[in-house]
Parts: sequence; structure tokens; C-alpha cells
Amino acid sequence: MQRFTLLASTAFLLTAPLAPTAFAAQIAEGDTLAEDQTFSYSLLDQFPTLDPQLNEEVQGSHIIAQLFEGLTRQDADGNVIPAGATEWTNENNTVWTFKLREDARWSNGEPVTASDYVYAWRRAADPETASPYAWYVELSSIEGAAEVVAGEAEPETLGVEAVDDHTLKVTLTQPLPFFPAVVTYATFMPTPQTTIEQHGSDWTSPGNMVSNGAYTLAELAVNEYFRLEKNPEYWNADEVIITEVTGYIINDRNQSVTRWEAGEFDMMDDLPAGTYPDLLEQYPDETFSTPRLCSYYYAINFSESGNPALQDVNVRKALSYALNREVIVDQVLKGGQSPAYNFAHEATAGFEMPEIDYAAWSQSERMERARELMAEAGYGPDNPLDLDLIYNTSDSHKAIATVAAQMWKPLGVNITLSNYEWQSYIDIRGEQNFDLARSGWCGDYNEASTFLDLVTTTHGSNDGKYSNAEVDRLMTESRTMDDPNEAYTQVEQILADEMAIIPIYHYTQNFLLDADIRNWPMNNVENNWYIQDIYRAASE
Amino acid sequence: MRTATLSDASALATAPKGRSLWADARRRFFRNRAAVAGLVVLALIAAFALLGPWIAPWDYEEIDWAVLGSVETMGRPSLETGHWFGTDQLGRDLFARTVQGTQISLMVGIVGALIAVVVGTLYGSVAGYFGGRVDGAMMRVVDVLMSIPYMFVLILLLVVFGRSILMLFVGIGLISWLDMARIARGQTLALRGKEFVEAAIATGVHPFRIILRHIVPNLLGVIIVYATLLVPSMIIYESFISFLGLGVQEPLTSWGALINDGAAEMRNGTSWQLLFPLGFFVAGLFAFFFIGDGLRDALDPKDR
Amino acid sequence: MLAFILRRLLVAIPVLILLVVVTFVLMYAAPGSPFATERGVPPQVLANLEREYGLDRPFLAQIGTYIWNIVSDFDFGPSFVYRDQDVNDLIAQGFPVTLTYGFWAFVLAVLVGGTLGIVAAVRQNSWLDYLAVGISIGAQVLPNFVLAPILVLIFTLWLGWLPGGGWQGGQWEFVIMPVVALGTSFMASIARIARASMLEVLSSNFIRTARAKGLPGRRIILRHALKPALLPVISYLGPAFVGMITGSVVIDIYFSTGGIGQFFVASALNRDYGVMMGITVLLGALTILFNLLVDIAYAWIDPKIRY
Repeated sequence: MQRFTLLASTAFLLTAPLAPTAFAAQIAEGDTLAEDQTFSYSLLDQFPTLDPQLNEEVQGSHIIAQLFEGLTRQDADGNVIPAGATEWTNENNTVWTFKLREDARWSNGEPVTASDYVYAWRRAADPETASPYAWYVELSSIEGAAEVVAGEAEPETLGVEAVDDHTLKVTLTQPLPFFPAVVTYATFMPTPQTTIEQHGSDWTSPGNMVSNGAYTLAELAVNEYFRLEKNPEYWNADEVIITEVTGYIINDRNQSVTRWEAGEFDMMDDLPAGTYPDLLEQYPDETFSTPRLCSYYYAINFSESGNPALQDVNVRKALSYALNREVIVDQVLKGGQSPAYNFAHEATAGFEMPEIDYAAWSQSERMERARELMAEAGYGPDNPLDLDLIYNTSDSHKAIATVAAQMWKPLGVNITLSNYEWQSYIDIRGEQNFDLARSGWCGDYNEASTFLDLVTTTHGSNDGKYSNAEVDRLMTESRTMDDPNEAYTQVEQILADEMAIIPIYHYTQNFLLDADIRNWPMNNVENNWYIQDIYRAASE
Repeated sequence: MRTATLSDASALATAPKGRSLWADARRRFFRNRAAVAGLVVLALIAAFALLGPWIAPWDYEEIDWAVLGSVETMGRPSLETGHWFGTDQLGRDLFARTVQGTQISLMVGIVGALIAVVVGTLYGSVAGYFGGRVDGAMMRVVDVLMSIPYMFVLILLLVVFGRSILMLFVGIGLISWLDMARIARGQTLALRGKEFVEAAIATGVHPFRIILRHIVPNLLGVIIVYATLLVPSMIIYESFISFLGLGVQEPLTSWGALINDGAAEMRNGTSWQLLFPLGFFVAGLFAFFFIGDGLRDALDPKDR
Repeated sequence: MLAFILRRLLVAIPVLILLVVVTFVLMYAAPGSPFATERGVPPQVLANLEREYGLDRPFLAQIGTYIWNIVSDFDFGPSFVYRDQDVNDLIAQGFPVTLTYGFWAFVLAVLVGGTLGIVAAVRQNSWLDYLAVGISIGAQVLPNFVLAPILVLIFTLWLGWLPGGGWQGGQWEFVIMPVVALGTSFMASIARIARASMLEVLSSNFIRTARAKGLPGRRIILRHALKPALLPVISYLGPAFVGMITGSVVIDIYFSTGGIGQFFVASALNRDYGVMMGITVLLGALTILFNLLVDIAYAWIDPKIRY
């Protein structure tokens, strides 16, 4: 059930701790620092929480990563580097011992000790806390985690222990060579017990919050903005250059672009669909597109509620072949996304793309083949096939679905488009009330199994109910393989041969960033960033 | 029953016998130049919606693959390409889509306003006429209906009954009459104290007859003006219902959806995507407003 | 009159309870859950969350507890999505914002709209009338989701006069655009209703009599025509003010004001039951209050009105 398996190719980087060099803002040669060292950006939505143990989404975790510091964090390329811990050792990748930094302090001046981590980790698993992300503790294979989350054991039985003030020992139920990568996430960041017990759920308010990261929370107005200030108690405060971080919540992306153009803030990500090329032309030094570990695809309903025609591999192949992905990425999305013919993102660490035949064909070849396959299956313009395509309300989903429907029309496929608001959509898709369903998946960690597990028979998010014994076997075996990537390539080959899903594109992260901001982590495919690493150069 | 017609006394005094009230109103309406102009514009828009599909060179759902991806340059309004109104962001012909959207939006605006007028007026005038506990109970029901979260009602309609044009009208009808009911009730409260109503009551005319014959005609002025105000909000409200999934679905469209899409592209140099649908919306609303004013003047019982 | 007001306030209690019950039923009947995510929540974690929020308890017990907490502590419970916030906090933070720009938008709409409408009616078919009608229609036909981005393009990006959004405690430069964007269409509606109703009053017998008696025009309008002409306008103002509060969702989205308007949509989309209930009760209370004010105003305008 757990799904971290071996990150084999990247694991060697993680198991050997790097020299504990402080990784903070390194000023490039020739740059002078600007007078004003503030950074501001826009967020699409109000984040639900700043409590590390309760957080479950991206926008909140970006802020938490500035406010709190866990045992480890990532560098600009996504490698794991020391943070709250200076070094770590392990026995059989099962018992992990972390040496904590002795000069780490909370923003109230108290030292950060191993018991702060123990408290936080128990808190994350404790049913009393009711964290929606408790499953992450379970996923990390810490001894006793599953029982604690299920309420069958006391939180004190969790396999984490403060050996002394600066030594943390963690016991896992199975070898996990990349455990230091797991603990970069907010769930495993320490939290201040006395503050939480004093203020209850209000402990994350400005004025109450005590944190151990490079910044502290200064102001927060729900649905409007928040402001962070440099934390003078942070152990590496001397090398933190940006003094203030402001985030503006702007619910409308187009509005956000206008305000960025007006110079109201430095960075916005998640650009409106189709605007990237124009912005790139207007602001060539400030518009970026970097790979992002997510895949976009249409799930095919294999269950009884789906159209029976979809059981025919020829129909599925024809549908996939007829989709002109170049048109979708180059003319509809226009954000540097890459056309996808497989599931796992091409930039996934260590992943080797299989040889997928139709990826190399020209679109006219694909179209010709699609027509033949449809004819073989007994469908065509004279005997049309009616399919229902569902998507959740969004401009880009709508655009892709509309274009796809027109691409399928020459095959004699009549598509009924149905959009639903998000919650109804999850419900309807989860109950297999569709033929084809818009789906997307972002990697939880940088390894192909984070994608490929989704097509195993028992996975909770396998909404198409695809089931193949060979895929299940390969994915189970991959967990104990030295190099699972071979198995992943095989799985991808089966998915392509059977057309288990219709892959459409691999994501990119599109964003606007003020030209004076330096050291932005462009190569971090998981989109993790730390403001303490960046700085603002003086404009020439 | 001689006194029962007291309220009509002033009308009878000026209107020559033998001409019906409706004929009189019609004559007065057609004398009003703005109202007639409004009627003509509305007729033109309706003709556009009905005949448009026959003259449009493109289909409303067909993508012009040559345009897709470079809409800013290739998708401009042009006679040569046959995209007279240009194309939308996906290279679909905006003329054909505006035609199709006009069909939906005209229907939504008119049906929504009609439901509001009929249900709201009757409900409000009954509450206002009877007053007291009846009024209290009926208006508290309106208070509750005004406050419940409509999004859940709409989502439930979708889940239970599925998607259809009929459900769209149910969704619109459910909400549109509430304000109208309050306004009609307020006016009725004032009318009830008037001499002609009291005279009718005194002579024992059946209450519903009083409401239909004496109250409602006197409400018409305010109701018609308010109904014309409802038309634009209904047309916009439709795009919100569609956003939840209940209303019209791609590739079908509506004025609200087209304006929404056009507004989102406002800064991308494709202004025609906003201006054409908005132009029709504006023209349609002007027409409704002037027709409304004309009807108000024509039907005003005091003004004969 | 006092007895009437007291009676109405008393009736508000069962009305609000009915509202709570209806909303509860609707929320539970709708698909979705505040805890649903794309990847699905494991059953054990879901059970913990449901226990935390009391969703595992019987339906009637949940309603009972909810109402009891409001009555005894005025506590509207926690938000189901914003884990750090209580509903009371969220409303206390957002409502003053909405109320502030809503109030100014309302003042703008009533003053400008009312004046336009009355002037247009008094000078019917003059150029003033056409101008007023033109302005009011022009304002009506620009939906606020079109007007808002246009305002920001002009005043923020091109002219650089006003910030493109935010609230910052309600400093004037942050308030202007929300007020204009929200007030415009209501202003237009008020102008139209005021014009129509003024025309109606001006053509009525008692005004004709007054004119026949040779009273000066201005005096007729101010002393005799204005009050009855206001009646339909006031009928409209009650729902209109409440409509401004719910309609502020567009303002909150485009101007990031942090008002409660966006909760009307966001809390329903997120299935944030706590916030949804809280703002529904708030909206219900406002609706009742404003309709009561409207009824009081009726009695003031026309003493013959009985309830």
C-alpha cells in the first residue's frame, strides 16, 4: 500500500548527507544588491491553513516553507540538503538518526530541540488533530503510524524518539532509502508545543505564531494579503537577504497579470491559458516556462457504466491517435507544454521513456490509422459512436475538450461535453458516470511510481477502473527492485499497447518574475522555492 | 353591480365607447416612436437569431484549424475568410456563435422575465391585498427563499434531474420572481387604501377579481419597468448557472458566456470577441427598455 | 408601530431557524464533501475529520447543536476549509469590508440614480431626459465583470492613479473602484424605477389638481409628488441592498477586497458547511431587517398603509 519504493537513481544523493554547508542566497558576481530587498507575489486563492501539520495543498506549503524549517529541504535543483538537521545516518535504511543543528532557535528565542519534532510528528498522526494529511505520515512507513492514525494506538507509540536535545531517531517498518526526502514536506516540520497549547487553533495568527524558519508571520488578512518578516532568530539570518515577503490573493488570473504589469508585485505563476507567448514577446526577460511534474490525460471508463465500445482496444487507440496533441499544446495552451504519449512526466528523475510507436508518426498517419481502427471496430461517420466527456469548470479544460471533440468528429465520434463544478465533478467521476473524463495528476515525489501506481487495480484514484494483472504485478515487484525504472518503462509500454488512458500533455510551470529577482529555482520540477535563497539585484 | 365599475370610471369617461382598452393601448404604443424603434430592433435581433444559421458560412461548433493558435491575426473579422465577426479563442466563427447565443439568451431573458412577472405579481399582490397574517406568512416565505444558498439548489437540480434547457428555466424561474413579489406587494399595500379599491370591497366584489381587475392593472407600470431590469440580470445569471454545469453546455453558447469569454481576453488584442456579443447584448437591452417604457405608458390606466 | 416592529423581530427567530434547517438539508443532499480532494482521502483520515466536525452524529443532533451554539454563545462554529479560522472570525473580518463599500455604493446609487430618475421624469422628453435615460441604460448594460477589469486597465495600468486591488483597512484609493463597479448597475436600476414611478405620480389626479390650483412646479414635486413616487424605489431598495451584498462576489474576486461576498460562491463550491451556514444566516438576518425597514418606510410615506 505504501508507495515510496526506491527512488533508486536519486537515492544515492540522499543517503549520503552532503557537507553541511549553509545554502542561502549566493550573490552572483557583478550583481549589486538593490536597496529594497522585499519580495511580493500573487496567489490564486486563500490558503486554508498555515499549520504545517494540517496543510495539504501547494499554496499553503509555499508559505509554510518560509515560516518553518524541517530536518531537510531542497536546493534549486530539487536535491535534498540539510536544514534543521546537519547530518544523518541510517541502519539498513530502516532506523534513521538525525543530528539537529545546535544553533537553531524559535522566533521567541527558545532552542529548537528534538522533542519539538517528536511533538509535531505525533500531532500530525494523532486522530485528535484530524489532519487531512495524516495519510502522509502513514505513507512514510514510520513505525506505528498506521495504528495511530486509525486510533488503535496512542500517539506516543509512533516510532520517533528524542535521544537527546539534538538527536532524533526514527524507526520505519521497511527500508526507505529516500526518507530524508520525505521529511522535506510541511507535515514533518517542527511546531511549538507551548504556543499551540496556549492559543489552540488561533496559534497561527500573526502575533501568536512562533516559527523556526527564515521568516515570521507579520500580517494576515483573509482573501486579501499576508506579510512575512525576516526572522532575526533564524540560525542563518545573516545570509537571508530578502527582508519582507508579501503575498496578494487575487482570484482572477487576468486581473493578476494586469496588476503584475502595473508593477504591484514581482511574481505570479499559473498564467491564464494561452497568454504565455504574448507575455513572452512583451516581457522576454520576465516570462518563464519550466517543467512541472504533472500529467494531463483523459481517463477511459472501463467499468460497466462506460460505453461498451470503449472495451474495444481499437476504439481506444483510434481516439488517442486522432488527438492532435501538437495543436493542443502549441495552439491552444501555448505554454511550452510537451505533447504526451505516455503517463509519467518526461522530466521524472531516472525515468526512461518507452518506445511508443504512434509518438513518432505524423498526424496524418495517425489519422489514417485511426480511421482504419474505427472501421474495424464497426464505427464511422455512417454509424457514429456517442460518447460523454466530462470536465470540471475551467477555461483550459473547456478549450481542450472542445478541440478534442472536433478532432474526433471525422472518426464518426459524437461527443457530448459536460462540465461540473469541482465537488460534483469529483463525485461523478468517482462513481464512473462518464465515458471519458478530464484528469490530471501531479507527482507527490520525483519518481515514476507516483504516476504509474494510479493505473493499478486497487488505487483509490483509478477512476477509469483500468485493471491489468501484468501492470499490477510489475508495480508490486518494482518496490523491491534495485532499478525499478525498467519495470516502469514496461508498464508504460503496456499502457500504450492497451491505450489504458489517453495521455495529452505534460505540464509546465508558467510564470512571470521580475527581472531583478535572482536565484529563482528554475530547475525544481516539484516547484519548491525558498525565499531565503533569492535576492533582488539593483537594476542597471 | 353598477358601482363595481367605479374604478373604470375615469377610463370610461375619456375612452369613447366601442373601443376596447387593448386596442387603445396598442394605438398608444405604436404612437410612441422610441417604443416602436425598440420593437424593430428586437425583431431584427430575433430575425438574426432565426435566420443567421442559414446565412452563416461557418457552423457554430466548427473549428477553423487555420486560425486556431493565431487568433489575434488570422481570427480578425473579415469578409474574405467568412468570419464576419472574427473567431473566438478556439478559432470558431463568432458570427455563427453569436447567432446561436442570441437564440439562447433571448429565450432566457424573455422566459425569465415572464416567470418573474406572472408569479411575482400574483404572489405579491395577493400578499399585499390580504395583508395581516397572510401577508406576514407569505413574505416570510420570500425572506427564506431569498436567503437560502441557491448554488446548492442549482447543483441539486443538476444532480437529480440532469442537464436540460428546461432545468435552466426552472433554475432561473426559481429565483427571478422573489424581488418582483416584494415590489408588487409594496405597491399593492398602497393601492389597497385607495378609494376605488375600497369601493370595490364595499360592494362585495370577489377578492381575486379585485386583484386581477383593479390592483394588477395599476401595478403594471412599475412591474413592466422592473421586468425590463430583470432581463439583463437573467441573461447574465444564465452564464453563472452554466458555470455550475446546469445551463447550456459547450459547444452551445449564450450572450453571457460569450461576453465572459471576451472579457477574459480583453487585454490580448482580440477586442472583437467582447465587442460583438456585448453589442448585441446592449442593443437587445435598449430594445427591451424602450418597449418596456412604451408598454408602461400605453397601459397606464390613469393616463387615458 | 413599536408593537409591529417587535412582532416582526420576534417572527424573525422561527424564520431564521427554518432557514437553517432548509440550508442544512440542501447542503447534505448536494454531492461532494468539504474534505474531498483529487487524490481521495483514506477512510480512516476521513473518519477522523468527520468526527472532528461532528459530521458523524445524527442529522437532527447536528442541527440542534448548531442552533444551540448560536443561541447560547453566538458561536457559528469552525470553517471546514480554513482550518485556522472560525466562521465568526471570517465574518468579523470580511463583513465590515463588504458593508463599507456596499454602503458607499448604495449611497452613490440612491443619490445619483434617484436624482437622474426624478429629473428625467420632470423634464420628460427633453434632452435632460434622454441624457439621463442614456446614462442609466449605459450603466446597466455593462455587467460588473466587464466593468471591473476595464476600470483596472484604465486606472491602474494606463493611468497609474489607483491600486488594482486590495483593501488596506479601507483607505480611499482602494475603495473607489469597488464602489463604482458595484454601484453602477444599481444606480441605473434606481434611475429607471424612479423615473417611471415619478411619471406615474405626476400624471395622477391629485397632482393635476395641484397644478390646476396654480401651485409652483418645484413645490408640487418636492412637497407632493416626491413621497408617493419613492414608494416603488423603496420597495426596490430592500432587496437591492441585500443584492449588493451577494453581488459583491464579483467585486471581491476582481479587487481582492477580502469582503465576504466571495464566500457566497467559494463556500458553496468548497462545501465549507460552516461558512456557508454562517453567511446564510447573516444574509437571512439582513434580508429580514431590510424588509422590515422597507415596511417601516412605507408606513412613513403613506400613513394609510396597514399591515
